[in-house]
Amino acid sequence: MAENTSQPRRMNDDLITAHVGETGGLMRALNALQQHDGYIDAALVPKLAKAFNITKAEVKGVISFYDDFTKAPKGKHVIRICQAEACQAVGSRGLTAAAIEKLGIGLGETTPDGRVTVEAVYCLGLCASGPAAMVDGQLKGRVSAHLFDAYAEEGEA
Amino acid sequence: MTKIYVPLDSSAVAMGADEVAAKIEAITGIAPVRNGSRGMAWLEPLVEVETPKGRVAYGPVTLDDVAGLIRDGMMEGRAHALCHGLTEELPFLARQERLTFARCGITNPLSMDEYASHGGLDGIQKAIGMSAEAICDEVMTSGLRGRGGAAFPAGIKWNTVRGADADQKYIVCNADEGDSGTFADRMIMEGDPLLLIEGMAIAGLGTGATKGYIYLRSEYPVAKRVLTAAIDRAYWKGLLGNDVLGSGKAFHLEVFMGAGAYICGEETSLLESLEGKRGQVRAKPPLPALEGLMAKPTLVHNVISLCAVPTILAKGGEFYRDHGMGRSTGTMPFQIAGNVACGGLVEKAFGVTLGELVNGFGGGTRSGRPIKAAQVGGPLGAYIPLDKFDMPMDYETFAKIGAGVGHGGIVVFDDTADMAEQAKYAFDFCAHESCGKCTPCRIGAVRGSEEMAKLIAGGDATTHLTLVEDLCEVMEDGSLCAMGGMTPVPVKSALDYFPEDFLKGDKG
Repeated sequence: MAENTSQPRRMNDDLITAHVGETGGLMRALNALQQHDGYIDAALVPKLAKAFNITKAEVKGVISFYDDFTKAPKGKHVIRICQAEACQAVGSRGLTAAAIEKLGIGLGETTPDGRVTVEAVYCLGLCASGPAAMVDGQLKGRVSAHLFDAYAEEGEA
Repeated sequence: MTKIYVPLDSSAVAMGADEVAAKIEAITGIAPVRNGSRGMAWLEPLVEVETPKGRVAYGPVTLDDVAGLIRDGMMEGRAHALCHGLTEELPFLARQERLTFARCGITNPLSMDEYASHGGLDGIQKAIGMSAEAICDEVMTSGLRGRGGAAFPAGIKWNTVRGADADQKYIVCNADEGDSGTFADRMIMEGDPLLLIEGMAIAGLGTGATKGYIYLRSEYPVAKRVLTAAIDRAYWKGLLGNDVLGSGKAFHLEVFMGAGAYICGEETSLLESLEGKRGQVRAKPPLPALEGLMAKPTLVHNVISLCAVPTILAKGGEFYRDHGMGRSTGTMPFQIAGNVACGGLVEKAFGVTLGELVNGFGGGTRSGRPIKAAQVGGPLGAYIPLDKFDMPMDYETFAKIGAGVGHGGIVVFDDTADMAEQAKYAFDFCAHESCGKCTPCRIGAVRGSEEMAKLIAGGDATTHLTLVEDLCEVMEDGSLCAMGGMTPVPVKSALDYFPEDFLKGDKG
């Protein structure tokens, strides 16, 4: 048990100290932590503040400013649906409504079983192939509502 | 051995290009070259096969098509329902004037040898033999203006940084391409990343900067992978490092990842973010050219501006200037997006009309319904009605009607679009993305959205629109940067050109 908890903590320390002294070090550390842990653990804020010689409030300010940094883990699957104009022009509003209906959660929410998170994203650069989405890091163009079926059915099973 | 190409571009990958490439290799034993995109999004994944006559195009190729295509002779370039003949002869490509995108989709993006044999490195080789002043003069002569949206003369910026006295100067590439409807930055970073690296290295030689950063948005994972690999390659081949191609001058470069904030495309906000802080806009002056990153002189340019530089140096500022019209010189990679049949990237000299791009190249709407409007220049750009589609795309013509060319994005809407909803969205987007530093933007956007919601719900149009117009004036005049200052552009254009959409809910 002690082994299990100390291991990731030491890795987090490394992810922080690796970026001290670099240009934009705090952003790099936060991106690394978000990628590694899937969220930014509030318990790390004092460590970040000490490492970068800034206040805890400043660290929290940076975390809250950027959409990519989250305070809690996301679902096992993350579906990001583009909400910007080029995708609106080809039906992203309807697509988003279908996702909400099929999965039973709103944008920015996670299913109660922690399986799926649905998020808004503002442009994936697939503006001539919309509506666009990103599922677990994979880009998807010309998306139809069928995309969500697998995730909806998995939940009912 | 037959050479076959399957793009690694996001627009191809999003339509299954990785799976298509794997299947082709599994069947034929030939690993496809992963090239950039040709910019014809509706044909992606566009598979090309090299034949004695030239490259033959097949698309859009799905995983299910692959076996049949190979059986029917795709590897020999034979005819097929998905075959479009020689790629170079496709009208969408043949009618373009590709200077910046000349290599994109043709070469292997990570091959320095192919880059050099297709005209790459000519610019920097020339620059190495020139003084910093002469390099800046060449950029000045070209008339190049910032392609990110603000259209500021590049040469002036270069000379300011060059003339600044400092122990350290920086080149920062703004690759936070957040405008919906734009993907030129992404496409060139994925399809010809060495071009951006060369452009930044030339900027280093011209201004005396020895360190560069590419600030890349996190929504572009493919671009991150390709750019990082290209930078490694550039160090290996001596294009980056302590002695750039034997010039005796150093230039170092790295990719810096953003974290999902649109406002970081604003240059001062970007610099704050690059320093590891909240991406809050700085008041200007001081100009970033004098006090930018870490308060040092910094040349901040959009990807496409920097990618125009190698051509300008290789062929001369005058060659570049001879394209375009009036004070809008050179070429612009226009991006045709949204509800369009044949969307993609069209690089043309300034002066091509909006209608030619949307109908001539784009072939009208994808839905087959009549066009209602096109939003030009991203979320802060105007909705242009059909009767203005004969407008030439140049900075001055658009400025005259209160619109902008921006980063060259064109989003097409058919007649089902509701312009009151689009106006509300403009406020919503600003509310979501505002950095919060200045009140007109932070509060104005929220109030604007509230008023639009009431109007759409059937409230009294006169009351709500009077307030919306008032808010627009305050945001335009009082905002610190273009986020708040230009959010009124889409709102007012929607209202001016499509007033009927704002009045239909009016029960008053």
